Amino acid sequence: MSRQTLPIQGASCQHCVKTIHKALEPLNGVSAVNVDLQNQTVTVDGDADRGALRAALVEAGYAADEDDDPGPAAPADDDPARYTTATGDAPAKKAAPAEPPRELSLAVTGAHCASCVRTIESALEGVPGVDTASMNLANHTARVSGSAQPDDLVRAVQNAGYDATPVRDPARAEDDREEQEHQLYRKLVRQTSVALAVGLPIMLWGWFGGTMTVEAGGASQWGWGAVSVITFLILALPGRHFFVGAWKAFRHHNANMDTLIAVGTGAAWGYSTLVVIAPNLLPEMARHVYFEASPMIIGLVNLGLALELRARGKTGAAVKRLLNLGAKTARRLDDDGEHDVPVEDIRVDDRLRVRPGETIAVDGEVLEGDSEVDESMLTGEPMPVVKSEGDTVAAGTLNGSGTLVYRATRVGTDTALARIIDLVKKAQGAKPPIGRLADTVASVFVPTILLIAVATALLWYNFGPQPVAAYMVVASVTVLIIACPCALGLATPMSVMVAVGKAAESGILIRQDAALQTAAELDTVVLDKTGTITEGRPSVTRVIAAPDQDEETVLRLAASLEAGSEHPLARAILDAAEERGLKTAPVSDFRALNGKGVSARQDDALLRLGNRRWLEQEGIRLGLEDEARQLSDEAATPLFLTRDDTVIGVLGVADRIKTDAAEAIARLRDRDVRVVMITGDIQATADAIAKQAGVDEVLAEVLPEDKAREVEKLQKEGRKVAMVGDGINDAPALAQADVGFAIGTGTDVAIESASITLMSGSLHGVADAMAISRATLRNIKQNLFGAFVYNSLGVPVAAGLLYPFTGWLLSPVIAGAAMSLSSVTVVSNANRLRFFKPRGHHGPRAKTGDRS
Amino acid sequence: MSVLINVAGLALMALIVWWFWLSSKGRPAKRAEGGGAIDIVVDDGVYEPSVIETNAGDTLTLRFERRDASPCAEQVIFHKLDVSETLPVGEKTTVTLTPETPGTYRFTCQMQMYQGTLIVH
Repeated sequence: MSRQTLPIQGASCQHCVKTIHKALEPLNGVSAVNVDLQNQTVTVDGDADRGALRAALVEAGYAADEDDDPGPAAPADDDPARYTTATGDAPAKKAAPAEPPRELSLAVTGAHCASCVRTIESALEGVPGVDTASMNLANHTARVSGSAQPDDLVRAVQNAGYDATPVRDPARAEDDREEQEHQLYRKLVRQTSVALAVGLPIMLWGWFGGTMTVEAGGASQWGWGAVSVITFLILALPGRHFFVGAWKAFRHHNANMDTLIAVGTGAAWGYSTLVVIAPNLLPEMARHVYFEASPMIIGLVNLGLALELRARGKTGAAVKRLLNLGAKTARRLDDDGEHDVPVEDIRVDDRLRVRPGETIAVDGEVLEGDSEVDESMLTGEPMPVVKSEGDTVAAGTLNGSGTLVYRATRVGTDTALARIIDLVKKAQGAKPPIGRLADTVASVFVPTILLIAVATALLWYNFGPQPVAAYMVVASVTVLIIACPCALGLATPMSVMVAVGKAAESGILIRQDAALQTAAELDTVVLDKTGTITEGRPSVTRVIAAPDQDEETVLRLAASLEAGSEHPLARAILDAAEERGLKTAPVSDFRALNGKGVSARQDDALLRLGNRRWLEQEGIRLGLEDEARQLSDEAATPLFLTRDDTVIGVLGVADRIKTDAAEAIARLRDRDVRVVMITGDIQATADAIAKQAGVDEVLAEVLPEDKAREVEKLQKEGRKVAMVGDGINDAPALAQADVGFAIGTGTDVAIESASITLMSGSLHGVADAMAISRATLRNIKQNLFGAFVYNSLGVPVAAGLLYPFTGWLLSPVIAGAAMSLSSVTVVSNANRLRFFKPRGHHGPRAKTGDRS
Repeated sequence: MSVLINVAGLALMALIVWWFWLSSKGRPAKRAEGGGAIDIVVDDGVYEPSVIETNAGDTLTLRFERRDASPCAEQVIFHKLDVSETLPVGEKTTVTLTPETPGTYRFTCQMQMYQGTLIVH
């Protein structure tokens, strides 16, 4: 008598233990089997052949790779080393792994020293199925290749005294999900064909005049007996999942769709079988069998599930598209040259090169180079953005024809792309309030249908014609089968899922459950001025020279003065000079006076550039007053340039309105939305901007903290108010509004700050979001209406409501088909939203939808 | 005979009402203790365990292991708590939440076929 220990894998439950027992116990020479789930080993007493034991484990699906020699590297104190201490002359034959080899990453915590690395690597390598394991202390990540289960790896690391969690590559997770759904789909199709192959001939037999009744003692009793057995197999095999689900739910005091199908098909089969076994119990008229019903229903419902799965696959397309944007590798500039490395290995502050046409791998800041970057996949903005030193770039965006070197600033799950994906996935599970009624109904739906089915049977029993027994069964089975809780449960979430993805494609991120619904009901939009209607940064609108000067000199001098300044106004002036190809000249004694202006000396002359009040304080007699006033009327701030004590020019600096702001506002007004501009600026400036933007209602000179109060005032008038702001300064007003839109420029936005975030700076996003929201709400209403009408018409008709008037009674098979169709219809209708275009056909943004 | 059938039918209806709505005591509840995680298996249309108890203000860690590949099980949604999570098949997904207000919260799949109850004391 000897004892041997074999490694196993994938055994996680008592069911597995039973399976392993069953697999090993019948073998020759096995006297006892002991499965250790904790350590994933099985101990076998007796003198069984090790090869045979392994073969049996492979057969059962729990075999683990067995290393011949654990090697001296395995530390003695590591539990996982036990996996490999199996002795004996086991053949080195590899068991078929449960899954194909793959790469897994683990985030490991608690490892601080170089020696930990070796311990963790050994622990991981000791896990059955692991080919290689390498631990990177710098980023606390262990990479493991092989077929091992993540759970086993985590346990091995924990046993070694550290902690670990599996890191999933979302793109691969999505592929896994698709593969699993595809497998399920094939299984359902297989089950459908088997069930229909049995059900159809029986049904056709009845249709074409075959006798469906049973005579006691006759040949028909034997024939139908055989059919009873065959249909039972259909219930037990392709229909098994309904019964298992129903039973499990029942034990939990729950009832679900499985309950309805299981009870319905079970009742039809049970009654028919009773007729076959004991026809004498029933009056002659009632000796009718309904064996076609169970296989047909099981076939049709499985078919419906398969079709639904297909249709559902498409609802996640938007997330998949985002996931596929991520680059797999990046070119890192190391001390010893350039290397292509997996994107997971990139750390913050790594220097990376992106070549023409490549995808930017992580978020970063450009160090050198110039290029145009296509950010449409994130912002929905079709125009490429010029990037040069100091600009930020985002993961997933596409580099144009230049080469950029950039420094990684955010990697992994911190990138804007990763956060967007996360947000979209979360929002897709959101529940707008309109779905609440359906939720309430769904939670009591199935038990209610069970009650209706019993009541139906009783009504037919008491008031129905002969043969009552047959009518009771047909009517109540039909009620059970036709009722479709799926359509009701699916109506809202399917539409939301498609809509949120659709919005993300247009650069609109919907974060809050209710926002999707409320956005459709908005009638007032409050727009912050700075950064929302306008670019949010000043630029030089006009340069006016004194009669004896020319514009270029004025601009060049102004730029020379500001060359050393960090102020946004300085940036505007320098940009303007650069645009005209003007070179600055050096100055001395530069002084910046906060809120007043700057001064410096050049060629012994004192230059000043500043606002009216400061220069007046300095005792300078101003000129060019009319021109300055004109600039003010255009909402620009006049800056006076003086040499010594003479004004030589005036520059108009203004925050220009965005190029498409007026068009977007017009779109809102076309929809009868009241548009209000809110700003801290003085009335005159505000009016000037409002005129250019096409807004006729202006709230000027509003302190930042009072913006929320203004929004509240509008709400008290009974308006549904949207506030559009930059998400940082306007946070209280965004929170106060019914829907807060945070408007961002590029990808660098605080996406957590509002219920809806517009990734591109364009105001079209507001109208787009409202359009998508309206379309979604309409879609949900259609779905809910369909589901409610279907159920509230279908159930009474199935119960036989029309029978007293017209003699109509539905067949359970028809009920099965109707039920399958109803949920497929809901999913398909939700999918229609994918083709919705928020801006009709003329929007330039339509093109981004084609990208795959 | 006919009285008997009617009585049996009505009794069956009463039984349905009692079993699915009134007798929730029978459901095995799992209480969260001292920050430990609770494992919930998602399979065959049922969360197991399906009744979770915790105290208001405590951080609750639930690990959902989805075994059912049917898409219905794909998401778990905690109603009124604004929490939802996608569950990949064959994996344990951790959901962490800190309910502040005592009460009974439902958690379900998208279609509400999977049903669970979170009781916050």
